[in-house]
Amino acid sequence: MHAFVAIVLTIITASTPLLLAALGELVAERSGVLNLGVEGMMVMGAVCGFGAAHLTGSVGVGIIVAIIAGVVMSLLFGLLTLTLVTNQVATGLALTLLGLGLSGVIGESFVGQPGVKLASIHIPGLSDIPVIGPLVFSQDVLVYFSLALAAAVAWVLFATRAGLIIRAVGDSHASAHALGYNVIAVRYLCVMFGGACAGLAGGYLSLAYTPSWIENMTAGRGWIALALVVFASWRPARVVIGAYLFGTVMILGFYVQSLGLGIPSQFLSSLPYIVTVVALVVISGNRTLTRANTPAALAQPFVPDR
Amino acid sequence: MAAATGDKAKAWLLEASRIVKRFGGLVANDEVTLRVAPGEIHALLGENGAGKSTLVKIIYGSLQPNAGELIWKGEPVAIANPAAARDLGIGMVFQHFSLFEALTVAENIALALAGPYDLAALSERISRVSGEYGLPLVPSAVVADLSVGERQRIEIVRCLLQEPRLLIMDEPTAVLTPQEADQLFITLKRLAGEGCAVLYISHRLEEVKGLCHNATILRHGKVVAEVDPRKETANSLARLMVGGDVHAIKPSHADTAGSTLLCLNGLNLPADGPFGVALKDVHLNVHAGEVVAVAGVAGNGQGELFVALSGERTATPGDAIAMAGSPCAGLGINARRALGAAFVPEERLGHGAVPGFTLSQNVVLTRHSGKDGLATGAFVDYARATRLTEEISRKYDVRKGKPDPEARALSGGNLQKFVMGRELDREPKILIVNQPTWGVDAGAAALIRQALIDLARAGSAVLVISQDLDEIFEIADRIAVISRGELSDAEPAGAMTTERIGLLMAGAHEKARQPVAEAV
Amino acid sequence: MRLYLEKRPEHSGAMAIASPFIAVALTLVTGGIIFALLGFNPFSALYLYFIDPLTSLWSIEALLVKAGPLILIGVGLAVGYSANVWNIGAEGQLVAGAVAGSMFPVLFPAWQDPTVLPAILLMGILGGMAWASIPAFLKVRFGASEILSSLMLVYVAQLGLDWLVRGPWRDPKGFNFPKSVEFAGWQVLPVSPDGGVHLGIAFALIAAIVLAVVMAFMLKGFEIRVMGTTPRAGAFSGFSRSRTVWFSFLLSGGLAGLAGICEVAGPIGHLQPGISPGYGFTAIIVAFLGRLNPLGVVVAGLMLALSYLGGEGAQVALGISDKIAHVFQGILLFYILACDTLILYRIRLAIFGRAGARQ
Repeated sequence: MHAFVAIVLTIITASTPLLLAALGELVAERSGVLNLGVEGMMVMGAVCGFGAAHLTGSVGVGIIVAIIAGVVMSLLFGLLTLTLVTNQVATGLALTLLGLGLSGVIGESFVGQPGVKLASIHIPGLSDIPVIGPLVFSQDVLVYFSLALAAAVAWVLFATRAGLIIRAVGDSHASAHALGYNVIAVRYLCVMFGGACAGLAGGYLSLAYTPSWIENMTAGRGWIALALVVFASWRPARVVIGAYLFGTVMILGFYVQSLGLGIPSQFLSSLPYIVTVVALVVISGNRTLTRANTPAALAQPFVPDR
Repeated sequence: MAAATGDKAKAWLLEASRIVKRFGGLVANDEVTLRVAPGEIHALLGENGAGKSTLVKIIYGSLQPNAGELIWKGEPVAIANPAAARDLGIGMVFQHFSLFEALTVAENIALALAGPYDLAALSERISRVSGEYGLPLVPSAVVADLSVGERQRIEIVRCLLQEPRLLIMDEPTAVLTPQEADQLFITLKRLAGEGCAVLYISHRLEEVKGLCHNATILRHGKVVAEVDPRKETANSLARLMVGGDVHAIKPSHADTAGSTLLCLNGLNLPADGPFGVALKDVHLNVHAGEVVAVAGVAGNGQGELFVALSGERTATPGDAIAMAGSPCAGLGINARRALGAAFVPEERLGHGAVPGFTLSQNVVLTRHSGKDGLATGAFVDYARATRLTEEISRKYDVRKGKPDPEARALSGGNLQKFVMGRELDREPKILIVNQPTWGVDAGAAALIRQALIDLARAGSAVLVISQDLDEIFEIADRIAVISRGELSDAEPAGAMTTERIGLLMAGAHEKARQPVAEAV
Repeated sequence: MRLYLEKRPEHSGAMAIASPFIAVALTLVTGGIIFALLGFNPFSALYLYFIDPLTSLWSIEALLVKAGPLILIGVGLAVGYSANVWNIGAEGQLVAGAVAGSMFPVLFPAWQDPTVLPAILLMGILGGMAWASIPAFLKVRFGASEILSSLMLVYVAQLGLDWLVRGPWRDPKGFNFPKSVEFAGWQVLPVSPDGGVHLGIAFALIAAIVLAVVMAFMLKGFEIRVMGTTPRAGAFSGFSRSRTVWFSFLLSGGLAGLAGICEVAGPIGHLQPGISPGYGFTAIIVAFLGRLNPLGVVVAGLMLALSYLGGEGAQVALGISDKIAHVFQGILLFYILACDTLILYRIRLAIFGRAGARQ
């Protein structure tokens, strides 16, 4: 039972960065923008958050700096794809390459440095209940935040005018523009939200999950988050399920390794990536579902006529 | 320009005074003056490119004039954007709808209205108002599932909910069956009776004569006349619009039909995706020497019929389609071209031609395969493609500015002449064309229609899919109607009336269904 | 005050040629600023990065060695991207090719005659193609994003290689190092004594020329360009989207596999966990810098190889982290994309808001 609790705890912390990054990208994609730079924004969030926390000794500062790093990267992306109307796929790749390179440079002096860990909360009484206590009431603050964020994103998207505008812009930017909405501004805001979430997700990795900085520590999680959004058919509730599913696959792989069953560790490490591909195939193969849910204007360039 | 009235005390609702609008070197509106009275249905006439859309976009705030002013209820106003226009009480129903396919009717309308976001209350208002004006809507329906006529109702109801004083309508009946158009006229007359003015853009002269109190006619950006259409004839209006006699098409109906060159023999094609139309049991023969037209309102399977005929989608069994006697339903487009067929799709930029490619490269697009093709080896004969471009441009009067421009640099009419010419140059035995003169100026349209007739008279079979009934009556020998993926029998054009076509569009020909258990 | 775009009536031929140069110039300026901020003399740092490597024969040879795989992979990617098929997993196809080609030296070290090297290279190509056929199949059959699937497979390929060289293919006499047996005799791709130049650069140049001819003069090239911009017109022309996807992936995968096996059978001489410093990813930038034109890719490959060498040199001479090269590459790609906008649009600055401008 103790092992079970430990495993589930790890699954929760493994899934949280995926959930955060995927929620941010979901909002961006709902507005019609495909940002493949999630990996780059995430790793920049990780290194900047770690560095800031290490230098100031404060996790809170680290988290804020991680978010800012993500937003700054996303602004760069927005400047190119929204104002200069560059190809979204190529620009997203460029953002990832830049993020990976820049984080390597910034992080060089932080490799091997001790980290500052985000503490878990402790509710007296509730946290002490066996099994449920540690699992439900003793997570760190960002775990609860990520779930609340999922609920908030769902509510905003489907029950408010702002969310309706976002969905409209993602469905037909031409119609939204004709109705007088500022498509570019809406997309900038959504892209920045995506950047903030990706930065926060990266910060979570280096401040809560494994409080340290290792080069390229995101190890493809940003890409998995992108696949998650497709897998969830752009719906926040399904993103939560998907994130925890992938987190489970990742952690079970480590767990099976530790059992010493003779399965090569590399195979187990490759499971999350293979499962991602399989999940993509399953969802994309259902053309009706895909066509009905994909934001129609996704990745289409938009230049307002005057 | 006939003054509408000398009475200075008459209170105009809207006065657009000496409006000028330039786009680069093109003067779209040249000192245009337009006056609309409250409760008046005012037509804005002119052919494609005359400046009608530009003028109304200025009135609606989507564009800003370079000179001139707008006077609303006697006060000069600056209409900075559509929201400002709506605040004044101006509503507009565009020809191309600004709708969101994945959202519901209520959500679409909510996006156009200001105020607190309350879908429940809005849905109730939608049901009530749409029913009152004879344009019923279901607020929770998803737009993607609706027909074109129903989508137009959303646009209209969206305007009506804001209680407009002026409603601008841009070519509204282009997408309606004759019966739906009649219903629309009833709605508009009711609105006019309540004091709401209607600015009605159209090129359908009979309609305008029956509906409108006044008409302003634009040609090449200038006002050339302001008349009462009820006192004019369709011919006199047409002459004012085009500025001379309209080139009369030589009808010369086919006397005897030759061999069957195109045969559709019970063609079935499932819908392509959740928003497509399935083709059901389509029968049609087109003979050498005749022009057969398929009439129908947009969204009833015209595009699907075209891609089934062209081979962009294949069907089974193989003999469901036969060209020049050979079964070909399973063959691809170039195999059908080898049988002597040629195709002109609805969308010239993006389907019939690549916008960023030059004309000579676009010639290669449909002419590379086959024994006379431009890519007989693995190499493309671009030199010959360039020579072909010159020939086609000369024969079909394609005005292009430079010798080999990009396709998107051409005007709609010139590009359509080029795309047509590219296919006609092959002297095809079978020509299938979808919307031959959509968005094309009158001169080019006349040339294209004459070319279609000439091709038929030379012995080819020509199939024209069109939403323009005037065009169909001009050139067709026989007419069939497509509705919800089913095709009526083709009847001689002389025997067809607009009424009958309207009934067929509404599905009068659909096969009677067997009684089914579900009737319980 | 705001920036807005005005569409040009036609592509600007002048900008199409000028934009890569403008992008490079902007990158140099930005690089100079970065160096200055880091406390180095910008001019001497830029000299070390971009001029110094060209000053000795040895380093020119090293340049060709590094440029070879970049060009070889880059031309394949350029053709694929022109078709709007986004193979992001070239790094994985490179690994797969290296592994497939290494089968002969590892399993049949005794096969020593002139036929084994061509067989090794051919296996390398086939291995890359096989790995690339997975995302191609998934895209054609299921509509799965080729970007995500090809990229995920990079991680899988790298982990697979890691397992092989630590497990079944580890050299038993290798002191427990994670590497395969050394390739020997006919199974080695010959390299020049000082700089290590090998046939890889020749393959790259041949591929570039062949593909340049295909793209400019052949129907296949026409098909690629039509399908890349206007797939509906492509269908109208009789081309098939599936065939385009397969062609793009098999081409770029095969070339990446060839690059991989050349690295392993040539400069490295055996199989080991890290066989490429990210060539498959840098080749993406090479493809864009070369404006997706095979001949442009040759120039771009040489330039980026220069930046790799420069990074190593600057690290030795000035102590700057060699990871700065990656940063340069990312910045360069950004500038390329931004400058390419100028081909289709003019950028205008509206200083005073127009009367009644939209918000």
